[in-house]
Amino acid sequence: MSTLPADLAANPRLDLWVRVDDDGCITVRSGKVELGQGITTAMVAIAARQLCVSPQRVRIVSGDTALAPDEGQTAGSQSIEQGGAAMRTATALARGLFVAEAARELGVPATDIKTEEGWFFAVGRNDRCSYWDLSARVDLALDVTGLEPAVILAGAVTPPARIDLPGKLAGTMFIHDLDLPGMRHGRIVRPAMARARLVGFDRAAIEALPGVLAVLRDGDVVGIVAARDDTARQVAKRAAELLRWDAPPAPPPMSEFHDWMDDLPANSRVIFDETTCVPAAHRYEGVFARPYIAHAAIGPACAVARWTDGKLEVWTHSQGVFPLRAHLARALAMPQSDIIVTHRPGAGCYGHNGADDVALDAALLARAAGAPVMCQWSRADELSTAPAGAAMRVSVTAEMDADGRITCWDQEVFSPPHFARPSAAPGTALLSAWSMATPQAPAIAQQAGFPPGTGERNGLPLYVVGARRLRHHLLPQGPLRSSALRSLGAHCNVFAIESVMDELALRAGVDPVRFRLAHLDDPRARAVIEAAATMADWREDAPGGEGVGRGIGFARYKNSSAWCAVVAQIEVGERVRLTRAHIAVDCGEAIDVDGVINQIEGGAIQAASWTLIEEAGWDSNGPRARAWEDYPILRFGDTPDIAVRLLQPADAPPLGAGECVAGPMAGALGNALRHALGVRVRRMPLTPERIATAIEQEGS
Amino acid sequence: MSPSVLLTVNGHTHELSLAPGTLLIDALRTDLALKGTRHGCGEGACGACTVLVNGIAVQSCDIAAAECAGAAIETIESDAAAPVAAAFLEFTAAQCGFCTAGIVMTILAWLRGRPVPDRAELIGKLDELHLCRCGAHARILRVADALVARPVR
Ligand code: FES
Ligand code: FES
Repeated sequence: MSTLPADLAANPRLDLWVRVDDDGCITVRSGKVELGQGITTAMVAIAARQLCVSPQRVRIVSGDTALAPDEGQTAGSQSIEQGGAAMRTATALARGLFVAEAARELGVPATDIKTEEGWFFAVGRNDRCSYWDLSARVDLALDVTGLEPAVILAGAVTPPARIDLPGKLAGTMFIHDLDLPGMRHGRIVRPAMARARLVGFDRAAIEALPGVLAVLRDGDVVGIVAARDDTARQVAKRAAELLRWDAPPAPPPMSEFHDWMDDLPANSRVIFDETTCVPAAHRYEGVFARPYIAHAAIGPACAVARWTDGKLEVWTHSQGVFPLRAHLARALAMPQSDIIVTHRPGAGCYGHNGADDVALDAALLARAAGAPVMCQWSRADELSTAPAGAAMRVSVTAEMDADGRITCWDQEVFSPPHFARPSAAPGTALLSAWSMATPQAPAIAQQAGFPPGTGERNGLPLYVVGARRLRHHLLPQGPLRSSALRSLGAHCNVFAIESVMDELALRAGVDPVRFRLAHLDDPRARAVIEAAATMADWREDAPGGEGVGRGIGFARYKNSSAWCAVVAQIEVGERVRLTRAHIAVDCGEAIDVDGVINQIEGGAIQAASWTLIEEAGWDSNGPRARAWEDYPILRFGDTPDIAVRLLQPADAPPLGAGECVAGPMAGALGNALRHALGVRVRRMPLTPERIATAIEQEGS
Repeated sequence: MSPSVLLTVNGHTHELSLAPGTLLIDALRTDLALKGTRHGCGEGACGACTVLVNGIAVQSCDIAAAECAGAAIETIESDAAAPVAAAFLEFTAAQCGFCTAGIVMTILAWLRGRPVPDRAELIGKLDELHLCRCGAHARILRVADALVARPVR
């Protein structure tokens, strides 16, 4: 059977996905984990539909190396595309096995069995039996590869209210709420600059600090353990004053358009090359950039570890329990089979933050303490030691003929790593592993095929632009540690593309919406642009200037996933404020319409924050942001009005929606600023200082 | 021996022996095992830890427990917070939910400012005290609007 969803084909034992409990419920298991995107609720809705039970009867276990299927990372807006498809087929197959057994039991052909709320009825008769009556006789411990194809029921059940939220408010659901018997609290005491060498360590002095139960030293990794979290926080601060570090060489200085990128070794690739550009009537050249952007979760990275007879259990909010287990095994030089990794929700992560790192920290501290340990990171660690989203520089050259048709497009992308998660690649992706007594090499930054790509993601316009070229220069070692942040390179690539589209439209004397439509033959792309323009009551002659403006941005995420168009309205006063956003998205069938809209709204506000105000910088002492006051994000006073419309074409399979809005929002904001002030700002964030510089440069 | 402090939380009075300087958040989460209150930054900058002290929204990571002795402390676990929390669920005004408990408490305090809770005042309060990284801002304001029309204690 070749049509099995990939995640199910890779984990073909059906009881890994579905088990009938003996209390009137059914437990389903998913490798996709709850990151605040509502995935567990959506999975329950999918399973309930296929099992023909109400969602209240479905329990879910997700992210557990001992209990649940291995579905890799929960990332890239693929949880529903891949994990949802696997869950749907697995639960449909399970129902099929029960229907067959019910037919035998009731003495009718399977086609005469009707299933409702967990009961199997023989059509036209009164007999019935249930999942729970039959469960002893139906063996789910089998390989699905040999089964008849699943009969997938169309439609979806209305998802219940988010199943994870009540426990989160009750203080029972987050990893920070876990309390194992005898559990202690630990902290790693880190240097200001990553990979500094420890040159002054006085164990006795640290042990003498009041409240210290254990001290960890493994190479350059130092930590303390205390009975309570507050004691651990205080002790860690005092211990930090007792350590001496030899800082590594200072990073190259920051610069507006990332000149430091020119001096770094690069892995350069030509992703796409149709031909070289032939000069036409108009040429536009521009260099665009974004800074490093912090993930900046509201809650600290946290993990709990417990050692029993040389075996390790870890509780984590990592996006991938199996990859994390593999890297813990590398760092601790032990077999994976001696480690169990279980997911518990943390604060929203938006990509690869410190969640994986802190799991190793907890394991090291628990080993030193001889007791289970919860390790949390400080706010400073969260902002300075976790990977940031990579800085980018994107150069675009486009040619347009005298009729206003784009004839070629050349895009060149420079970026440090956008992907350095735990994965199958060599090296270890866990921070402390690099500084232990037996140090591990850091994981190699990875490139992916295109699409989706990493730094070059969305570097090819979806527009019909004649000959296209795309090049990517991956800089493995940037001045800050970087890895996956929601949407990867799409945020800056789409910002560049959409800025250039507006500049070309201006030179062609054509309205930006019409100009885009004239360069698109993909009907679903046209539909979202038209929808967003209609929602926003787009007028070709809308006056700009006077500090207000509107702009449009569009992209198809990864050139292969959801289509999204944004019309942004802004006000420019002391700073740029997004006042209203109209957003149209086509992500195929939505399992949970409100859940998808929630994702898009959140993604839109976060992307507005990145684009307008965020910048993770550094100086000769390392990362500059160590507290929220150093790293402002969009606040409640700047809440925009947001309207989202989902276009749901019939029979379109679901596509992830969590990341599709980042690029279009950035493009729409840049274009709205151009409309408001008549100036093109090419470097994010779009702060008053950058606007002033851009005005000066255009004037000169 | 740590001095004892009388804390009245959600209507129940507890005698706790706390090390001097113990913060309210730690008394709640560690000594009373009321873990719905979240520790976000511990620096008074994010509002995840917000509780009510004598009806006023306070960042519990920024105040010593002993300073709250004798005051009426209310947390996300209180009965009064339940209808506000329920409205957050109804509107799914959260993504990860880490900021939610604190914001629920700020909105509860604001709602008590009836007969006319002032929306601009709430936005000002949220702006001053709270961060949400998931971008649930617009939904949170929608919940507040809906709650104004409902009875709240
Ligand atoms: S945890 Fe108290 S304000 Fe952040
Ligand atoms: S919902 Fe995640 S921080 Fe607000």
